[in-house]
Amino acid sequence: MDDARQPLIEIAGVSKHFGEGEARVDALRDIGLTVRRGEVVALLGPSGSGKTTLLNVIGCIIAPTVGRVTLDGELVYDNRALRGDLRRLRLDKIGFIFQFHNLLPFLNARDNVALVLTLAGRSSAEAQAQAVELLDYLEVGHRKDTMPALLSGGEAQRVAIARALANSPRIILADEPTAALDSKRAGIVMDLLRKLAAEQDACIVAVTHDEKIYDRFDRLFHLRDGVLEVQGEEAT
Amino acid sequence: MNLAYRDVRHNLFRFVLTCLGLSLLMAVVLAMIGIYNGLVADALNIVKAPQADLWVVESGTQGPFAEASKIPGSTRDAVARLHGVAEAGSITYQTVEARHAGDTLRLYVIGYEPGRPGGPQAIAEGRGITQTHFELVADRQTGLVVGDRIRLGRNSFAVVGLVEDTMNSGGDPAAFITLVDAQTLQSQLAPPAQRVQTARGAGLLESADTVAAVIARLEPAADPQGVATTVRQWKHLGALTQAEQEAILIGSVVDRAKRQIGLFLGILLTVSAVVIALIIYTMTMEKLKQIATLKLIGAPDRTIVSLIVQQSLALGMVGWSFGLILILLVKDYFPRRVVLEPVNAAALGGIIIVVCIVASGLGVRAALKVDPATAIGG
Repeated sequence: MDDARQPLIEIAGVSKHFGEGEARVDALRDIGLTVRRGEVVALLGPSGSGKTTLLNVIGCIIAPTVGRVTLDGELVYDNRALRGDLRRLRLDKIGFIFQFHNLLPFLNARDNVALVLTLAGRSSAEAQAQAVELLDYLEVGHRKDTMPALLSGGEAQRVAIARALANSPRIILADEPTAALDSKRAGIVMDLLRKLAAEQDACIVAVTHDEKIYDRFDRLFHLRDGVLEVQGEEAT
Repeated sequence: MNLAYRDVRHNLFRFVLTCLGLSLLMAVVLAMIGIYNGLVADALNIVKAPQADLWVVESGTQGPFAEASKIPGSTRDAVARLHGVAEAGSITYQTVEARHAGDTLRLYVIGYEPGRPGGPQAIAEGRGITQTHFELVADRQTGLVVGDRIRLGRNSFAVVGLVEDTMNSGGDPAAFITLVDAQTLQSQLAPPAQRVQTARGAGLLESADTVAAVIARLEPAADPQGVATTVRQWKHLGALTQAEQEAILIGSVVDRAKRQIGLFLGILLTVSAVVIALIIYTMTMEKLKQIATLKLIGAPDRTIVSLIVQQSLALGMVGWSFGLILILLVKDYFPRRVVLEPVNAAALGGIIIVVCIVASGLGVRAALKVDPATAIGG
């Protein structure tokens, strides 16, 4: 297989249900999808369709009831969790971008980014320097000493992206990354994510309802009632 | 990167306010410890003050502090002649109320024989008693100053000296007068009462020369128990060594107060633990989303646990420090002596560390149960 097209996310036969008996809810049913290096894909669907559950499964936050999940070539779930340290796996391979940026309010922009690097074992000085470099790259370096509460929505989201990218993850998961931004800034953020995915050889999976940015994705996956209805439709 | 420190710095005003609240609680705990110590110290001071080795009291009593004791004044000569006794002195104790400068003063009057054991050990201001009559050395807590005059019974006494930290287990400050004056004070009745007693013939055969106890200092080589055994051979006398006298005071006179304060101290420490636990739990609950984010980006449990435990310890230690400073500033304004030893403060610090670690358990439990998925979505 062409290395550039190597899959970073491979999901096969994944189902997830919550509760048992009459209270049972099938959040995901027999999902299968593949996302390759450099791809930017969107999970679409109405509320309760299973988008966030699927994102949580890919992010190793919840385990699927059945199915196989392979991330960056490593089989993580095969009807059961195969790794005990899923938190470490997240730290090494996955970056998260949230709807409301979720920056830690007691750390300034630089420290929010540096935290991920220190958790990964970098020295404090190295982490701080790399954090500043990333913030500069995302054009928010001038706000490095600012607390999150004092950042604008766009700045906070850029800092959150810097944090997600700090550890050079191969998989970036984004939950409504542009929901808190106006359409102009949403477009800028999506262009930035596409550029970063290409540069870092990573893939991006985003949950979104924002139709204005559909054209920024390579493929769109439509979910309804836990079933993947449209498998990787080319975005137009 | 110390997350606990950063979080505290970010919410500094709230943290300081919480610490201040906790410090008031710590100050109360330290005050109770100090009052308890003061109670014991006062009780022991009064019995240690004469620097006696042996207390000769009325047979069958545990006087003169735990029970009333009355023995003939001549007992002192008999005790002084015993083998092993270096010197002996008669002593009386009584509590009197006197008017001074418009206030009622409650005094623990100690009558002693100047030049013999039983008098004040160290004069803080002025001089000791040199006259046979109507001179008085008072504890500074009485509020009396050298040169004051105070009426006790039918006589007026001149304050010639002051001592410090000499009071009975009830907190009444001591006043030293001569034995002769003390005996007069004990036996002297108001004129109308005296006339009635004389008319009915009472008291004619009673001797006024009675004392509460005779205290003896022994030769260095003498065995206190041996001398006590010798004294007990006189059937009308009992004898207690200094150690026995101190044990009686602690065991009986201050025992109930000691247990009461000890119980109150236990309740206060329990309340402190609950308060710390609630504060830490609330602080943790407010940070659940941040903790979920930390878990999601890969922070290990030890990072989250140390965030909570460090904040809990910081809260406890700052509260303890403020409380200690506060009590050291105000302790001299308490009506009773507050005695705080460094070991007490250190012990409370140790207890607070344990309490903080245990109390943070509730917050740690809540934090560890947080699902990282809660960081995703609104």
